[in-house]
Amino acid sequence: MTFIAGQELSGHPTIPSAPAMPLSHDGAALRLKDDDDVAVILHPLEPGQAIRFGDTTIVAAAAIPSGHKIALRPIPCGALIRKYGQVIGRASEPIATGAHVHVHNVEGTRGRGDLAEAVP
Amino acid sequence: MSTFLGYRRKNGSVGVRNHVLVLPSVMCANNVVDRIGRAVPEVVIVNHPTGCSQVGADFEQTKRTMAGFAANGNVAAVLVVGLGCETNESKALATEIAARGQRVEVIGIQECGGSTETIARGIEIARKLVGEAAAHERVPCDVSELIVGTECGGSDGFSGITANPALGHAADRLVGEGGTVILAEVPELVGAEHLLAERASPPVAAKLFELIERVEARARAMHVDMRYGNPTQGNIAGGLTTIEEKSLGAAYKGGSTELREVVEYAERPSSHGLVVMDTPGQDIEQLTGMIAGGAQVVVFTTGRGTPTGSPIAPVIKVATNTPMFERMRENMDVNAGAILDGSQTLEQVGDEIFSWIIEAANGRQPAAESLGFGDFAINRIGPSF
Repeated sequence: MTFIAGQELSGHPTIPSAPAMPLSHDGAALRLKDDDDVAVILHPLEPGQAIRFGDTTIVAAAAIPSGHKIALRPIPCGALIRKYGQVIGRASEPIATGAHVHVHNVEGTRGRGDLAEAVP
Repeated sequence: MSTFLGYRRKNGSVGVRNHVLVLPSVMCANNVVDRIGRAVPEVVIVNHPTGCSQVGADFEQTKRTMAGFAANGNVAAVLVVGLGCETNESKALATEIAARGQRVEVIGIQECGGSTETIARGIEIARKLVGEAAAHERVPCDVSELIVGTECGGSDGFSGITANPALGHAADRLVGEGGTVILAEVPELVGAEHLLAERASPPVAAKLFELIERVEARARAMHVDMRYGNPTQGNIAGGLTTIEEKSLGAAYKGGSTELREVVEYAERPSSHGLVVMDTPGQDIEQLTGMIAGGAQVVVFTTGRGTPTGSPIAPVIKVATNTPMFERMRENMDVNAGAILDGSQTLEQVGDEIFSWIIEAANGRQPAAESLGFGDFAINRIGPSF
């Protein structure tokens, strides 16, 4: 599968059964592409709990449920956010490293009919 | 090459089930159809709120969906029940079904002189059709004759990591053996269309972009953010934040082969290989559209869990995560959560899905089918008049 291009991810531990998926050292989070701004949480994180990718440690700023996303780096308001190496939305407020990344701080860039100019 | 034992129909299509379908041409015949179904439990029935006071493309799509559904290879014969004054005139619908090479009979409530007489005649005809269908036998068929619909419903943050890529692996195997795979729910391709277009010829890519633009144009015309309805509240609770994120995960269902064709809702693909169909993301309308387009088997991935089934086609459920698989065990068939648990690889789960498709084609019943769930809904594209 091209989406889990393993060679880009050397140096990171991985899910044993899916060798190309980069897993945090304690297995709590999954970053789908090396350059992604976010990782997917696999086991619920408590506030203050740390995850580590390589030399980088990220501390959860809030409780983050499994299947949800954590910010791996600071994201300025208005910046595009990437997961799967692709754009999944735009920060609607400044997002700090370790923050829960979800509808409260991310807006979609597509299907935004609410932003269309009113037709007189 | 894989083979299965299916039903070869006179019109050249192949079925994996041998149903007799009782179909109301209009919602006014729903109750009569229900009574026929209760009296003859060997038939399958559908109910729907369509078939009258519809015009233009909306009416054409409704009629195309009913005719395509009735002519699906999984159906041996059809009894159409009409009222008599409906827009979707029952005899014209039966003519359309017959033109597709399907065995069809038709009765009308007004012509029969009321509901009781219609039910009596309907029971008689239904029993006759069931008797005829019993003569059909399974014969060896090639996997290249399968059209498999793919669907995700109640998606969560794991859909794009486990179940959808595993289904994509199965889709690649099926396409590799000459079969056809339908990727649909176009609103859930918004944000991922460029990745599919890279695998398509310029005309096919142009048609795909046109469908995506239709979705966003609808959102603009309504001055709404799609996120108020899709991703749904459950998708958001499951960790999906925007339609782009949902789409990028959803697109994996189609695998990695060339996108060969883009078809309209309920339109039968003319190509083998990977095909995109223009359906909404709404689960039941999507399911009905793919089956009306000829899909004999559907694989449905779900993170939140859903019991959806079709009255005429096996719907195989793939859970994206183990906790939901355990919680809704009776509704699930495959656990792609095993990929995250580390007990199975993505390819192993994909191979399990592929095997399930072949076994379902041979007659094995997935959960939704053994529970007897038969969902049916036609996508409307215009208002009732």
